[in-house]
Amino acid sequence: MVRVGVLAVQGDFIEHSHALKRVGVESVEVRLPEQLDSVDGLIIPGGESTTIVQLIDIYKFRDSLRAKSSEGFPIWGTCAGMIVMASELTDKRPDPLKLMDIVVTRNAFGRQVDSFEADIDVSGINDGPFRAVFIRAPIVTKVGKKVKILAELDNGNAVAVQQNNLLATAFHPELTNDSRMHLLFAKMIEDST
Amino acid sequence: MATETKSKKQDATETATWRVKSGLAQMLKGGVIMDVVTPDQAKIAEDAGACAVMALERVPSDIRTAGGVARMSDPTMIKGIIDAVTIPVMAKARIGHFVEAQTLEALGVDYIDESEVLTPADENNHINKHDFKVPFVCGCRNLGEALRRIGEGAAMIRTKGEAGTGNVVEAVRHARSVLGEIKRIQHMDTTELMATARDLQAPYDLVVEIHETGKLPVVNFAAGGIATPSDAALMMQIGVEGVFVGSGIFKSNNPQLMANAIVKATTHYEDPDIIAEVSTGLGDAMRGLDVRTMPVEEQLATRGW
Repeated sequence: MVRVGVLAVQGDFIEHSHALKRVGVESVEVRLPEQLDSVDGLIIPGGESTTIVQLIDIYKFRDSLRAKSSEGFPIWGTCAGMIVMASELTDKRPDPLKLMDIVVTRNAFGRQVDSFEADIDVSGINDGPFRAVFIRAPIVTKVGKKVKILAELDNGNAVAVQQNNLLATAFHPELTNDSRMHLLFAKMIEDST
Repeated sequence: MATETKSKKQDATETATWRVKSGLAQMLKGGVIMDVVTPDQAKIAEDAGACAVMALERVPSDIRTAGGVARMSDPTMIKGIIDAVTIPVMAKARIGHFVEAQTLEALGVDYIDESEVLTPADENNHINKHDFKVPFVCGCRNLGEALRRIGEGAAMIRTKGEAGTGNVVEAVRHARSVLGEIKRIQHMDTTELMATARDLQAPYDLVVEIHETGKLPVVNFAAGGIATPSDAALMMQIGVEGVFVGSGIFKSNNPQLMANAIVKATTHYEDPDIIAEVSTGLGDAMRGLDVRTMPVEEQLATRGW
């Protein structure tokens, strides 16, 4: 049975814990780097990416997350989490962790009034489309060779990507009652151990 | 671009849904929202790890000193702050002043605070917040007030506390009142829910929802009088999901240090070692006011209903 950590420095980490609980997966709130050794994978939740990156550095997560990530430790970032995992951002701040070979544009759809939800198809998610909630959401504007695009919008913006042990979504599966993305991540963890 | 692209499909696109409006507040949880009056202050707040800023012309303690009618801030100032930071920017409209709210929406603010800190424009009616695409946060002193605001469309709730006093006592009173009422309703017989809705002057459906879930349907922050890291942690331990700090940061001796310390104390609200460490060497917090000796007409929390 896998134990999934949820980075609990800021944002909607509790919604991730609830989504995991709904499908019977154990979750642990991770607030300090040493706790990473007691979990099999980590979710970086939605929140404010600038804030989360500040706090990642204040609590000294950066080096341990980079080391773990390169050793094959599964990490999934949603929205702000995707920004945190990027190799590069199209605006200056914040300084991402450079875990995944993706270039990400923050607030790609505009301000809060432009936030939206839509049904999208996600590769690896069966039984119909996924209701994706985009809140001040980012998009992936460039991907490296090893990155697989799992979902795109009609305009071609990539909004779900995977690179081996790393998964990133621009939307918030934790804000719906649909736990299929959480099951997908739990399966990634199982396959990696 | 890449390999293995899945067929594109995007259906049923909707903006300004309840999930999108209340969802932004979910992203702010565990965070600190700071009052700022200039782009430079906004940057200090962002660098300290604030999850959003409240753009306003004067912090509440200065509004108290200045007296007169407090209104929505100058759009130039709000735009300057929007351009200075990448975190969400909130701004205040007067209670009931839906045109100030329309203006703020047009300016592109991410959240509107329909706030008792400004002079109310309508003493009977709050803004019908369902009419807007931009989400609203509203203050409350008790559960009935919170549920009336949610009924009008508020997508986030905060305690009123007593803004601009640097005195946490009213925020504690309001948070305990809201959370205590929620517990009481949760353990009530369903037969009692209608009478409770009547007593609270709250929408019945929301009372039923609280009975079933044991929590507010929106995110609940504390505001009004939080001035130190331990004030912030106190509110978090009492059970709110994040804090607003108004005058407490930029009226302290060392705003940068205070901002950092309050952010850390909010994240690690259950860790006294970290709170002790961040509380050390901060200099003076803002000067506080005793709410008990304050005339009722000066108490901002009594504005709105």
